Amino acid sequence: MHPVLKLVVQRIALGLLLLLAVSLLIFLGTEALPGDVAQAILGQSATPEALANLRESLGLNRSPIERYFDWLGGILTGDFGTALTNGQDIGQAIGQRLGNTLFLAACAAAISVPLAILLGLVAARYNGRWPDKVISGVTLSTISLPEFVAAYFVIFLLTQVFPIFQPVAMVFPGMSFWERLNAVALPVIVLVLVVLAHMMRMTRAAILNVMQSAYIETAELKGLSPMRVIWQHAFPNAIAPIVSVVVLNLAYLVVGVVVVEVVFSYNALGQYLVDHVAKRDLPVVQAVGLIFAAVYIGLNILADVIAIVANPRLRHPK
Amino acid sequence: MKMPLSALIGLILTGCFVFCAVFAQLLAPYPLEAISGGVWEGPSSAHWLGTDTIGRDILSRLIYGGQITIFVALASSVIAFGLGSFLGFLAAVRGGWVDQGLSRGVDLMMAIPSLIVALVVLSVLPLNLTVLILVIGFLDATRVFRLARAVAMDIAVMDYVEAARLRGEGQGWIIFREILPNALSPLVAEFGLRFIFAVLFISTLSFLGLGIQPPLADWGGMVRENKDGLIYGKSAALMPALAIALLAISVNLVADWILSRTTSLKGGRGA
Repeated sequence: MHPVLKLVVQRIALGLLLLLAVSLLIFLGTEALPGDVAQAILGQSATPEALANLRESLGLNRSPIERYFDWLGGILTGDFGTALTNGQDIGQAIGQRLGNTLFLAACAAAISVPLAILLGLVAARYNGRWPDKVISGVTLSTISLPEFVAAYFVIFLLTQVFPIFQPVAMVFPGMSFWERLNAVALPVIVLVLVVLAHMMRMTRAAILNVMQSAYIETAELKGLSPMRVIWQHAFPNAIAPIVSVVVLNLAYLVVGVVVVEVVFSYNALGQYLVDHVAKRDLPVVQAVGLIFAAVYIGLNILADVIAIVANPRLRHPK
Repeated sequence: MKMPLSALIGLILTGCFVFCAVFAQLLAPYPLEAISGGVWEGPSSAHWLGTDTIGRDILSRLIYGGQITIFVALASSVIAFGLGSFLGFLAAVRGGWVDQGLSRGVDLMMAIPSLIVALVVLSVLPLNLTVLILVIGFLDATRVFRLARAVAMDIAVMDYVEAARLRGEGQGWIIFREILPNALSPLVAEFGLRFIFAVLFISTLSFLGLGIQPPLADWGGMVRENKDGLIYGKSAALMPALAIALLAISVNLVADWILSRTTSLKGGRGA
């Protein structure tokens, strides 16, 4: 087998194993904690009958191992169970919201990735001079902010000081693509701000790292302009680390999305998760938690696979 | 070594925050729950930063909120450090299956975003201060574990550790008397970063309504209470948001400085 293919298969198999372990962790995290789950859901004032009913419907009378495999088997066959609070099918509720979340994350990624790489290139080109200092200073302060704080600064700036946008992002089924795009403008700006800083700083670091190589010095001595050296000689060699950084930050978007959706009351998966944590709706929390974890792990595997494939030493084995 | 201006500013601001947090009961002009003005009043001489969604003084709530926020963050970072560094040292000293077990467990915890783990766990646990501190401390301990294990790995192979082993000292002695003193400086620099992580984490949880519950106030919760005002142009929600941002940036400045100092002591990059 080709060594690259072998490494990729190994990495994916390891990722699937990790996902299985994470599903166990999520299950244990909600089931094996000290205390009575039924009591926690219903509160101290619950009647014994209500407690017994809930235990029955959660299947708490059966052994944990049996319940874990039931749950896992259900999810693998697309059956996420029903929500405790309204008895709705969870799979259906997730299906409606997943699209909205992916739309938001995809818009943010489409803007932030090119922008981060461009800013990283500029900062590396003017390393140590004022454009670098301005870009680095601004991104350093946005790194220190949690998503919701950044969100409210942006809302205040763009709806009150300069009234351009609506502060609530509502999407309905049946909206046209452009209407949707307009509705998510503000949340997308916030998400871009949140991930841009990390991506840009790591792009800059990756390029500066390559800039120390001997062939860059050759290119400089040949008399090429600095931007040309970066674009034609440094950038192609820095692509592998940059791509893996970009994908890792897209994984970071997964967390950002949860908070930003709540800020803008955007009806999607993150909002759904937070709502049902507050309502202590266990099956929903487990299912959505697992989906977020799976997306995160999937992106991490993708980052590793790209790094393996992009490594020329592995592509041409001796 | 001279202190750079940025670190000095960070240190002064951090000091102010801590001072306000410690003496909150003396400094706050109004009690926490007192309704002392109209709804969403602007800044005035009676209310320096205005009033909130039901007419409580924002400055007072900000000071009390800072006390809770900083207390929870500090307590959870202490737990994270105690637990993380002890287990990290243990993994480095024992090696073998102890190391494998702990390290793979931490890998597993770090394979999912902390916020998702916290949300899943908090869906069954009661929401009170103790639980929040323990959950944040436990999640943060995974990061400390990685660092502590890496640092201790380097130290555990030193001659003086070998000498202590041959002398017949126990595990406890080696961890606390040999490794801990030598691993302290990189860990102290990390403490600032973990503290900020805890501040941001508890604020985010409170903002989502899953952190500190009323009647206690904290900064994330205050943003949540006042967020609807922004639509009508009331800036009340921005005050606690600004406080979080300012605390995060100033502690970062100090931690950066300590980090560059400790690395320069070890012959790394200059300060």
